[in-house]
Amino acid sequence: MGLKEKVRLRVQREVRHMRARRRQRDLAIVANRTGRIQRGDILIFCTLRNERIRLPYFFEYYRKMGVNHFIFVDNGSDDGTRDYLVRQEDVSLWSTTASYKRAHFGIDWLNGLMRRYAHNHWCLTVDPDEFLVYPFCDTRPLRALTDWMDSCSLRSMSAMLLDMYPRGAIGEEPYREGQDPFKIASWFDTGNYQISRNGQFGNVWIQGGPRGRAFFGDNPFAAPALNKIPLVRWHRRYAYISSTHMMLPRGLNNTYDRWGGEQVSGCLMHAKFIDTFGAKAEEEMRRGEHYAQSREYAAYQEQLSQEPKLWTRWSEQYVNWRQLEILGLISKGNWA
Amino acid sequence: MSVGFVMLCHTALDRAAEVARHWAKQGCPVVIHVDSRVRYRLVREMRDELSDVRKLVKFSPRYRCQWGGWNLVAATQAASQVMLKTFPDVQHVYLCSGSCLPLRPAADLIAYLQDRPDTDFIESVTTEEVGWTIGGLNIERFRLFFPFSWRRHRRLFDMSVRLQRRLGIRRRIPSGMVPHLGSQWWCLSRRTLTAILDNPERQAHDRYFSRVWIPDESYFQTLVRRYSTAIESRSLTLFKFDFQGKPHIFYDDHIPLLRRSDCFVARKAWAHADELYETFLGDCPEGVQRSEPNPGRIDRLFSAARERRLRGRAGLYNQGRFPVDNFENGKTAGPYSMFQGFSDLMPDFPDWLAKVTESRVHGHLFAPGRAEFSGGDTIIEGGLSDSASLRDYNPKSFLTSLIWNTTPERQCFQFGPADNQKLNGFIAADPNAQISVISGAWAVPLYRSGLPFSEIRREAARLQRIEMEFLELLSRHWVKARVRVWNLSEFLDDPLELLQLLVEEIAPRLRPRLTQPPEIVDLAGFGRFLQDLRNQGMQPMVMGDYPANDQFHTPDRHGHPLLVS
Repeated sequence: MGLKEKVRLRVQREVRHMRARRRQRDLAIVANRTGRIQRGDILIFCTLRNERIRLPYFFEYYRKMGVNHFIFVDNGSDDGTRDYLVRQEDVSLWSTTASYKRAHFGIDWLNGLMRRYAHNHWCLTVDPDEFLVYPFCDTRPLRALTDWMDSCSLRSMSAMLLDMYPRGAIGEEPYREGQDPFKIASWFDTGNYQISRNGQFGNVWIQGGPRGRAFFGDNPFAAPALNKIPLVRWHRRYAYISSTHMMLPRGLNNTYDRWGGEQVSGCLMHAKFIDTFGAKAEEEMRRGEHYAQSREYAAYQEQLSQEPKLWTRWSEQYVNWRQLEILGLISKGNWA
Repeated sequence: MSVGFVMLCHTALDRAAEVARHWAKQGCPVVIHVDSRVRYRLVREMRDELSDVRKLVKFSPRYRCQWGGWNLVAATQAASQVMLKTFPDVQHVYLCSGSCLPLRPAADLIAYLQDRPDTDFIESVTTEEVGWTIGGLNIERFRLFFPFSWRRHRRLFDMSVRLQRRLGIRRRIPSGMVPHLGSQWWCLSRRTLTAILDNPERQAHDRYFSRVWIPDESYFQTLVRRYSTAIESRSLTLFKFDFQGKPHIFYDDHIPLLRRSDCFVARKAWAHADELYETFLGDCPEGVQRSEPNPGRIDRLFSAARERRLRGRAGLYNQGRFPVDNFENGKTAGPYSMFQGFSDLMPDFPDWLAKVTESRVHGHLFAPGRAEFSGGDTIIEGGLSDSASLRDYNPKSFLTSLIWNTTPERQCFQFGPADNQKLNGFIAADPNAQISVISGAWAVPLYRSGLPFSEIRREAARLQRIEMEFLELLSRHWVKARVRVWNLSEFLDDPLELLQLLVEEIAPRLRPRLTQPPEIVDLAGFGRFLQDLRNQGMQPMVMGDYPANDQFHTPDRHGHPLLVS
């Protein structure tokens, strides 16, 4: 990497930080309990809007995993999300009604908060419908992983988005509050992902899966990116660039081995395709606050009217992380 | 007669205290060294916690230990001296760390050591002949100077090493000393340890070793060779280094494995592995077990991890494994075959091949319209779709996923100059690929298409150009695929023999004996057709000497396969 490139990336990062600082003005404190964060705590950062029904299970899942504190940015929910979050003792909440799009799809808000509160902590940046699965997650808490990564001098772990879908039509079985969404959406695609390398930031770029084949068959380039780097030992100089797909400094994107070996990686199981999806797609189309003129939601809308079924006879039902490991979707690396 | 433990601690003092108490409760004395960087409050807490067993648990003078530095040895010496002086009936001293976990009752260990009273258990490997280290310096640890910290000033450290190598600077190794390396976790007999610590030459030894790189892995390991009478060169502590030279860590889910290993002490346990500590620090069973340590299964587990981290699974591309070109350790997950021209000449070829070799035979996977999966499927294993745009968006992912998803079943597919040619280089460089080409066979369906001749001529020129490019690619020196190229005339000369060759390679275990090739389309008039092309100025180059009267099997001619690689 030449000096020019280095400078360019550095400028880009500083611009991110500046934007983040400016966008902090959007945020109003609702509950700031960050004083309770202890040294070495694992934090979750999350932006959300109208996800009340998902929250109980989200908390259950991540508290059990060993996350110590949750930091939320509520983007104008009107379904009681805010009241619910305020009642949780391990949550710090900011709220805003400003544009999600103008805050770089929420990343500016989070970058700002992380700069302030995440320094020297292991942080997980996820959406309320994303559930982290990592090697040995059934027997070892998240702290075991982060401790081990510390000892190996690893600063970040990639966790690909794994779209989960139900066997029948997407809206067929209603989701109840507190229910494990993967009891309904328990199927996934095992091996139809397109993967390439992004030369500029050095991250891998993954697309495909059920969304790729069902919604973006004619225009694969536009399919949503599935590569994510949600787990990072944060430093105040770091910044997410495009959602959690890539980061700066560039070294943090280097979560894969380039000489044939496998590095440890996990999956973010994506519980998007349950019965709340139809209403969400409709609302997001109306708001137009998502990436690239919400083209993703436009593609869904087009198909949703026809009761799409993502399930095929080659879909696989989720069992545990070992299954994902055998299928080659995640890897244990040299963690044993 | 008993064994005493010297524990070196710097983190997770609560766990270290638990372990110390565990030993003390079983009557074994423990001397604890706490790194002087640890805050005093924490050490006092630890002392208080262990006050009920203070007769057997002592603390030794504290040193500031840095990884790779001399103080680690100094701390060990001081703690050992406390041990030898305070507990005169200790016959063996066992060095372990604060994160070591006892796996078997002390009685087992005592019995084991009683059977071998003068034996010193210490890994000690000669440096000259064996590379014990995982990366990094070996004999140079003894011969160079190390003024800079490797942890804090790595660049300076490397530079100074390089400079000394270039200038040929060498420290003199004291006479009578043969450098040995080994794990720092040992168990020495009182006699040997006393000989090392009370030696009149000790000051000279210490002075030399205080400037050796990572002396805790060489001080005792080297000196023991001088003073010991019976060395058992292995550690009683179960430990395994990963590829970076860091010890692997044990968690709750390793309990069954650790139980069966029959080792005495394991390094290192994760401090928050509650179940692990509860299990092994719980009540000890009565009676003495005299089984030998047997870490084989754990060795295998960690070797597999190492293999996975360094070489990975062949043919896998995912978020944690995305090798650069030609460093894949296997471009694809298994062998596969690509046939060019066969189905043009023999329309039944795919079905016939599937039957004969019991493998999966697809149509043209890279056809312009769609990926022609076997059986006309639109979606196959893994959710791979037949959409041409998805496939052409990333053909490499398409092929590698296809092979990965269907392993171990062998995949065969048809190919032709009309298909997407983007992946040719990748396939040609893949040792798993078997590429068989009948050059010029693409002209047969063209001939039978009944299209206007001008169109045929244009299309023929296009296809021939593409095929010639492909053939040229296949003759490059870097091609790793198993390539066979025949021209149309060579193939038609003796199709059975050539097909036999291919079939045997695809299904070596079945060893099918062919009696009849699949039906070849009627070629009457094809020779004339080629001549017409020629007359129109479109020289057919890739068909070979196709006879104008379509007659083959003249006894004096024999087709030889052109084996390129």
